[in-house]
Amino acid sequence: MSATHVNIIGLPRDVYKGLPTTLCAGCGHNSITNHLIKALYEFGVEPHRLAKMSGIGCSSKTPAYFVEQAHGYNGLHGRMPSAATGAKLANRELLVLGISGDGDTASIGLGQFCHMIRRNLDCAYLIENNGCYGLTKGQFSATADVGSKQKNGKVNDYSAIDLCGLAIELGATFVARSFSGDGKQLVPLLEAAFAHRGAAILDIVSPCVTFNDHVGSTKSYAYVKEHEIALHAPDFIIASKEITADYEPGTVKDIVFDDGSHVLLRKLDREYDPNDRLGALNVIHETRDRGELVTGLLFIDTTADDLCARERMTKTPLVRLREEDLRISREDWSALTAPQA
Amino acid sequence: MPGRSTNDFTIRVATVNGSGSQSSNLTLSNAIFRLGVPVAPKNVFPSNIEGLPTWFDVRITSKGYKCRTRDVDVLVALNQVTWRDDVAGVKPGGAIVHESTYPVSGETQRDDVTYYPVPFSELGKKHFENGDLRKYLVNMLYVGVLGELIGIDEATIEAAIKTQFRTKPAAVEANMSAVRLGIAYAREHFPKQDEFRLQRMTGKTDGTLFMDGNRAAALGCVMGGCTVAAWYPITPSSSLCESFIALAEKYRTDPKTGEKRVVIVQAEDELAAAGVVFGAGWAGARAMTSTSGPGISLMAEYAGFGYYAEIPGVIFDVQRAGPSTGLPTRTMQGDVAFAYTLSHGDTKHVVLLPATVEEAYSFAMDAFDLAERFQTPIFVLSDLDLGMNSWMTPPLPYPEKPFDRGKVLSADDLSKFDSWGRYRDVDGDGIPYRTIPGTNHGNAGFFTRGTGHDEYSRYSEDPQTWKGGLDRLVRKHDAARARVPQPVSDENGNAVGLIAYGTTHHAIAEARDILRDDGINVDYLRVRALPLAADVAAFVERHERVYVVEQNRDGQLYGIMRTELPAHLVERVFSIRHYNGVPIDAYAVVDPLLSALRMASVS
Repeated sequence: MSATHVNIIGLPRDVYKGLPTTLCAGCGHNSITNHLIKALYEFGVEPHRLAKMSGIGCSSKTPAYFVEQAHGYNGLHGRMPSAATGAKLANRELLVLGISGDGDTASIGLGQFCHMIRRNLDCAYLIENNGCYGLTKGQFSATADVGSKQKNGKVNDYSAIDLCGLAIELGATFVARSFSGDGKQLVPLLEAAFAHRGAAILDIVSPCVTFNDHVGSTKSYAYVKEHEIALHAPDFIIASKEITADYEPGTVKDIVFDDGSHVLLRKLDREYDPNDRLGALNVIHETRDRGELVTGLLFIDTTADDLCARERMTKTPLVRLREEDLRISREDWSALTAPQA
Repeated sequence: MPGRSTNDFTIRVATVNGSGSQSSNLTLSNAIFRLGVPVAPKNVFPSNIEGLPTWFDVRITSKGYKCRTRDVDVLVALNQVTWRDDVAGVKPGGAIVHESTYPVSGETQRDDVTYYPVPFSELGKKHFENGDLRKYLVNMLYVGVLGELIGIDEATIEAAIKTQFRTKPAAVEANMSAVRLGIAYAREHFPKQDEFRLQRMTGKTDGTLFMDGNRAAALGCVMGGCTVAAWYPITPSSSLCESFIALAEKYRTDPKTGEKRVVIVQAEDELAAAGVVFGAGWAGARAMTSTSGPGISLMAEYAGFGYYAEIPGVIFDVQRAGPSTGLPTRTMQGDVAFAYTLSHGDTKHVVLLPATVEEAYSFAMDAFDLAERFQTPIFVLSDLDLGMNSWMTPPLPYPEKPFDRGKVLSADDLSKFDSWGRYRDVDGDGIPYRTIPGTNHGNAGFFTRGTGHDEYSRYSEDPQTWKGGLDRLVRKHDAARARVPQPVSDENGNAVGLIAYGTTHHAIAEARDILRDDGINVDYLRVRALPLAADVAAFVERHERVYVVEQNRDGQLYGIMRTELPAHLVERVFSIRHYNGVPIDAYAVVDPLLSALRMASVS
């Protein structure tokens, strides 16, 4: 036996790979896929427990490109949150990973996105955000910034929907923003999203190399690299590992998840409290006004109940219940349908 | 000697919506039923919470007919706005119990009816101190008045009130005091003048109970193993999910921990409700949503996805009058053609068509089995009449069969072969095998997609693969033909046949009796599902002329039959339609049929 590297559940990294991508070479989404593969591997996700769900668009094709042996659900445009809700309710042991884009989430699917957040569905919800419609050749999406330019020179006049700001406003319990080109930040945030019990929203700016990577676009590699402001440097520590590094007091915020894992947020050049909802909204507004893109774990609340808990669902996945668990007893039945005459 | 109208007349209660007359009307129906006399209550109500006119018809029918009748024999008039029209609607010889302050003059003064003026509001003010309860108790007054006039004894009314208020026993005495007041008033003021009387019967209501179709369907969902329900409130289907919620609260909740073996999501719209169903069905749960026409319009997206990606799910459509918002509180069989092919592209769904409370229950259970057996959306098309009205029904049988989970591969099954194809037709019936997410085997996973796919669920644009997939779906649909509820027929070799489905059935039953009394015998077949069973064409083959009776303007089943029947049978099929929003009655069948037969014999 060669000394193949395996993860904490004994699986090699290859298990987490998928079919070859059919997206454009250099697409930010492909980088995200690679970071996802790393995060799923490191986190030790069991492939049979993973439900990869998506809507329609370039982003929504990506579930085919990782963990080939897991179940995938490439559904309807903008309607993935409802299907993800059904899947999670049917089997609460599934790790639901939803992958969407800015058209899928911010336009056609905005309603379902909002209501999934209200319900705090336990899932990781990724938005691969490139500010345009790639598959239909570059039209603006609702996350395009005012003044951002299309390849043909057309300027966007309509205000951008900030999905992180919206999510925080709606009561989301985990909101992060990152950049497809920043694996160091994105991988731990993805792992934290898997560990979080509730809807974990990750807005990942992911440049469209074909239609939205030119001068004048605010979603290009060059623009994002130049304007990104990271709130902190995250590290993710899985439950079975000990925190070994020493940190200067006051330089690290330690967030502990239900499963015993941690995300450590190392302080950069500013104070930031990710438990402060109002503070998070302020930072989003302030940085946007300066033309900056703030990244990091913007907000987290690990104490809120998720949908399954709020609905007081049995711990047993509903799919495993049988006739004897579900039917009314014969005794109760005769009382219930007793003749009245 | 019983008179002509003993145990065969209809009481119409005309009130103002929101005045709390529903309990009184159900009490009245239940009391008559307790005398052993069959009743068919029909609530004709407005889309309104308070203030608009509403009518409740209690049809008393010794023969046990269950359809609406146009006749009004006894009117209880408690709405001054409709007073004139309500009086005009009473049959000659009828009786009118009315608020005594309403004017009886001009058009409202008829010499062919008997008036029973009762000072309802004055009695209410005098006797019922509690202003909040007064309007309800005033309504109970007319139950007492009617009881005295038509012959329901106080003890029977009391038993009915106890049934009506079984969850609020404290309310029984207050209501009974109102009933007694009504009885006393009628006894003192009205020596009996008309001929409408009740006489205790035996053998007609024994062993039966009252239930509405929505509750029966909810019971079917519980017994059919539904664990995930998602809905968006809409008349007339809301009470289906609300009944399911109440049943789940009682029978699916662990008394010790409070944990539930069910989850119900009130979704943001019908589209999301369908999404939850086809997410849960994919993940292996038995899931349903219930809605009405406007919701079905929104669900078209997911219906097509469920059909093409082959995901089980149950959609109840309690039909109301459309198009558009239409008449939300009126009935129609308006979604048959739409539901049958719901989605863009080539789509054919399985549609169940319950006619009775028993079928609302049993078809609900069947729907979950069929959804998993055929891995496809199943539509159950009830309507407002069946869903929201109370019907006399025999007790609902306890299910003896286990769930049919269809072709599902377990981890053990998967160990027996190297590979499998999610959309391969291994058995030749068009039904492939599936796996459930969470199945712990390396080969269990597959990529479900609404895009074109091959037998292994891989994306494919290959012309043969695409066509092959669509052709297999047709084979699967054909396989369902013999597995859905089969038609029920009653034939005696007559030349003319009727075909109907759903609640139209009850008008057909009475219409055939009326025709028989006139010496005209017609055969009858009731369609209970789509795709059409082979028996339907065979029935048409055996008849010279077949009339398809339905409650919509365009003859939707008629249209489906014209498309699907063998060409030589198409010209034998004709259409009779009823579409004014109120449930079909026998004469809406008899009159057009007689004129059609007259025309046919002339030509």
